Amino acid sequence: MLTSTLTGRRLWIAALVVPPMAFMCLFLVYPILSAFAYAFYEWHGLARGDFIWFDNFHRVLFEYPFSERTINAFKHNIIVFFALMVLQNGVGFILAYCLWRELWGARFHRIAVFLPVVLSTVIVGLLWKLFLHPLFGAVNVSFRSLGLGALAQPWLGQDSTALAAIIAANAWHMVGFPTLVFLAGMQRIPSEILDAVRMETESEWVKMSKIVWPLVAPSATVVFTLLFVGAFNWFELPFVMAGIDGSPHGATDVLGLYFYRTAFGSMSASAENFGPGSALAVLIFLFIAVISSVITLKLRKREIQL
Amino acid sequence: MRSDSRSHTFRTFGWDGLIQIILIGNSIVMLAPIVIMIFSAFKTNAQIFRSPFSLPDFRHVGNLVRVWTETDFVLYLMNSFIVTGASIALILVLGTMAAYAIARYEFRGSSAILLFFLAGLTLPLKLAVIPLFIQMRDLGLIDSRFSLIFIYVATGLPTTVFIMTGFIRSLPNELEDAARMDGANEARIMWSIMLPLVRPAMVIAGIQNVVPIWNDFFFPLIFIQNNDLKTLPQGLTTFMGEFGTDWGVLFSGLTLSALPIILLYIGLSRQFINGMTAGAIK
Repeated sequence: MLTSTLTGRRLWIAALVVPPMAFMCLFLVYPILSAFAYAFYEWHGLARGDFIWFDNFHRVLFEYPFSERTINAFKHNIIVFFALMVLQNGVGFILAYCLWRELWGARFHRIAVFLPVVLSTVIVGLLWKLFLHPLFGAVNVSFRSLGLGALAQPWLGQDSTALAAIIAANAWHMVGFPTLVFLAGMQRIPSEILDAVRMETESEWVKMSKIVWPLVAPSATVVFTLLFVGAFNWFELPFVMAGIDGSPHGATDVLGLYFYRTAFGSMSASAENFGPGSALAVLIFLFIAVISSVITLKLRKREIQL
Repeated sequence: MRSDSRSHTFRTFGWDGLIQIILIGNSIVMLAPIVIMIFSAFKTNAQIFRSPFSLPDFRHVGNLVRVWTETDFVLYLMNSFIVTGASIALILVLGTMAAYAIARYEFRGSSAILLFFLAGLTLPLKLAVIPLFIQMRDLGLIDSRFSLIFIYVATGLPTTVFIMTGFIRSLPNELEDAARMDGANEARIMWSIMLPLVRPAMVIAGIQNVVPIWNDFFFPLIFIQNNDLKTLPQGLTTFMGEFGTDWGVLFSGLTLSALPIILLYIGLSRQFINGMTAGAIK
């Protein structure tokens, strides 16, 4: 009797955990493990060929024309990361501080800053592409109507401004996310600490740099790490706004676009190239995994337990 | 003394005024593009080009009607509903099952299973898209909604199990024990006693998953070529190409696509913000 209820219990638990685990194994764990294996094989279209050790990696990193494109795209990812660090996380921190004061209307401003975050990247990309149109876009139309016609540019059409324009659109889209994460961090600071500081000094700057900033360190760790992962996975927005080739002239090419082009082909070359594509995926994956763990560990040390 | 306190009030007032200006300026920057998009949906090309910021005549709904009747917008919208709905339903069912087992029963390996799910939180599945493509081809799921649903379920489960396990663990034991005394079996206890209590966590988990799935563009781009199966973000890029010069129609398409999620967000902003930042706030 006892044993039968025990096996019954075991079966019941298995019935609960096995189906979800099966999904995870089949469509998450297995593909990711395979991605590592695939990079070591030669590929003919969709068919796997011989085991070729590190040849795919060598091609992607050191052979023309792959290597130059890899480096070009990688540089752009670094620019994207640092620019968004300032425009998205920096501005987000300032906005969080402003919202934290809970002045009149703060609730409205909190809802407004997060509104673009819920929109699809495709909508955001297409919308800004229309706004940035050289002749009819709202951006240049407003410059001209203000008598600043000289500032009107073909934003997405020239090398010097294309990447910056897409970065700005990204910052508009996502700035609400770090804002509200920082805000949640600030709201957790105990009011006794803040009262104590207020007795000591009236300077907002001292309060910010000595108390608020160190105490929101856990939020900063999360937000910085997520931005890093996001910046090196950047794909949808440049794809929608600049196209698969990172136009003009590769000025907006990033690793995500380059990986997609290599793996699945582009307008100009529509052949799958799974070998170098897999090698790129593995390199990006390892780079993100290593650097984001370093960032997390370094920043964790900064965190103070209350 | 008096002048000192006055300068003090002036300083806080000035400081608060500056903050208020920053906030109002930022909200204008955040909302203006969305307002211009909605205004432009009611305008003709000439009106958009001449005065992008002016109020339109809201009775002029011709552009919206054209999007609704002349494009495949409704088809894409339905596909997005089907894929998102099926994915969320499966994620909640499977995620609750796993979380319930981990949180309510003591068995060997339960913490290992929780770790297994948590490990999935950090894996960027986008980079495994080549093996996924080959796997889906072998399963005959290219150009099938199931490819998307299965991927979304796999990527949605880790956060769901994480949120639900924490919540289910916090539920009291008394009700469960009482039901067990009365001879109710485990399935009955789970279904009629525990699950009704879990609903708030399901809402948070549901919202956290619904936004990225509804908005996803990457996986449909790879797995769906058949126009009849395209989801809204993917379909949008298609018809933006077709109506390239008719800006009123383009803005109408964007407005109609953005509206469902904007309205849902305005109605449930607190739940949206909590749900979407849940993973980032400890």
